[in-house]
Amino acid sequence: MQLQPMAAERLSQAAPPANAAIAIDDVTLRFVTPDGHMMTAIRDFTMTVAHGEFACVVGPTGCGKSTTLNLVTGLLRPTTGAVRVMGNPVTDISRDIGFVFQADALFPWRSVIDNVAAGPLYRGTPKAEAYERARDWIGRVGLGRFEKHYPHQLSGGMRKRVALAQTFINQPKILLMDEPFSALDMQTRTAMQDELLGLWSEQKSSVVFVTHDLEEAVALADKVYVLTAGPGTVKSVYRIDLPRPRVMADIRYDPKFVEIAKVIWNDLREEVQLGQSRTLQTGH
Amino acid sequence: MTAISPTADHAAVRDASIAIAESRARARLRHRHAMVIGLRLAILIVFLGLWELGADYNFIDPFFFASPSGIWQQIWSWITEGTSQGPLWLQIYVTLEETFLGFVIGALGGIAAGIILGRNRLLADVFSIYIKIANSVPRVVLGSVFIIALGLGMASKVALAVVMVFFVVFANAFQGVREADRAMIANAQILGASPFQITTSVIIPSAMSWILASLHVSFGFALVGAVVGEFLGAKQGMGLLISTAQGAFNANGVFAAMIILAVMALVVEFIITRFENYLVKWRPAPFNEQGA
Repeated sequence: MQLQPMAAERLSQAAPPANAAIAIDDVTLRFVTPDGHMMTAIRDFTMTVAHGEFACVVGPTGCGKSTTLNLVTGLLRPTTGAVRVMGNPVTDISRDIGFVFQADALFPWRSVIDNVAAGPLYRGTPKAEAYERARDWIGRVGLGRFEKHYPHQLSGGMRKRVALAQTFINQPKILLMDEPFSALDMQTRTAMQDELLGLWSEQKSSVVFVTHDLEEAVALADKVYVLTAGPGTVKSVYRIDLPRPRVMADIRYDPKFVEIAKVIWNDLREEVQLGQSRTLQTGH
Repeated sequence: MTAISPTADHAAVRDASIAIAESRARARLRHRHAMVIGLRLAILIVFLGLWELGADYNFIDPFFFASPSGIWQQIWSWITEGTSQGPLWLQIYVTLEETFLGFVIGALGGIAAGIILGRNRLLADVFSIYIKIANSVPRVVLGSVFIIALGLGMASKVALAVVMVFFVVFANAFQGVREADRAMIANAQILGASPFQITTSVIIPSAMSWILASLHVSFGFALVGAVVGEFLGAKQGMGLLISTAQGAFNANGVFAAMIILAVMALVVEFIITRFENYLVKWRPAPFNEQGA
């Protein structure tokens, strides 16, 4: 291991400690494709997220970034290795987990408040209490005047705010995010990143945030995982020592930020090129 | 850098010209709307007029192809004097009752079957072949079976209407369930929904547009089922009215009954559209269609 005298400290990968919020220990996931071939999605994958830590996962397209999230939810089971959430092996979808999707996963037939109240209602909270909490969360994401609107009446950024409220109302200890802001324009994305960091610092959840945008990863994270081109495994892990609270609009001009992003990009670039040339060769 | 802002004068001029442009655009829209309605009326008048003239001058033999005035006289006499099998309203009522019963039973059955099979892969794989077979049987022929089995009363017509409706609604409900958005289902699951809650709060609402689309078509099918059933053998109803008129070589009677059926179908279609708009008010409004 080589320790670098800069903010992006490269970490060594050790077996996850027992008290981690999320521990993915040497996991390989293979599955059989519909035409009968064995596909390896990720191999020898190890990742640890401590309580309250914000981890970002970056990597070339198709390297299994989203797969890591589905391992944590339990929607996918590892072929070998183990996944533990809050110290317990993952068996079913845990009530501690919140998930923000890349695509719009709001229910279009429900108004904003009905969407946000969905989680507590599913979990058996009495109606009055669920709606009271929903109203509170809608206020926190700044949509107080849009309670009765339907998703199609909102802009993309507002819909993401609803999605955040819908997820945070369940007060998840583990927050999984799959390129949640990739469909937003630059200004909206910056605003949403600030919103997310604000909510996260209040809630103290442990976050795994998957993105293809390295700058987004560096700006948000405590720890950045760089994956290799598929089948994905961890290439390197960096600790990001930028001070918090961070302001998204300013941080990208911080020289320290630029330096970190450059170092990690050098690491990531090879994998991106490898992934692209491989895609061009195999055609999928 | 200097910011450039328009002067107050500019703004006033701009506002005035916008107001003029807007009022012109509105006038153009109104004009177009009136023109569409006018053209529609003109086509109807020309069509009926040519038909009537053709019948008067014997280009079109009114004995075989009726005439607008003859059809109107027929409808009027049915309204004022009643039909050979009782008052016209009773015939309409009987046919509507059969249609509605068949429609409701068939639609509910189709929706239930579609959701159950759509949610259960194994059942779907097992039953799909039988549904395909049943669907390829010309269902109108079943009318004869139903009349033999259930008699000349209402039951045989309702059964035929049910069979006509069921498969259409089933196919759409099934498709709708299958097309439910994966991310949305996963979202509900992670938010804490049980499989039953997923079915009621995600699957059914998202299949609803598919189901409602099929209801439009299938009401017409239910009407066909009821009328054909009456045609094959009945004591009351519009189908019997048509069959009687046919037996008496009364072309006006056949057309008159046909028009009454068309009006019935249009009225119900209007009600279904209202119901649909009520159910799916969450959907973005479609672009305003002129004159619709």
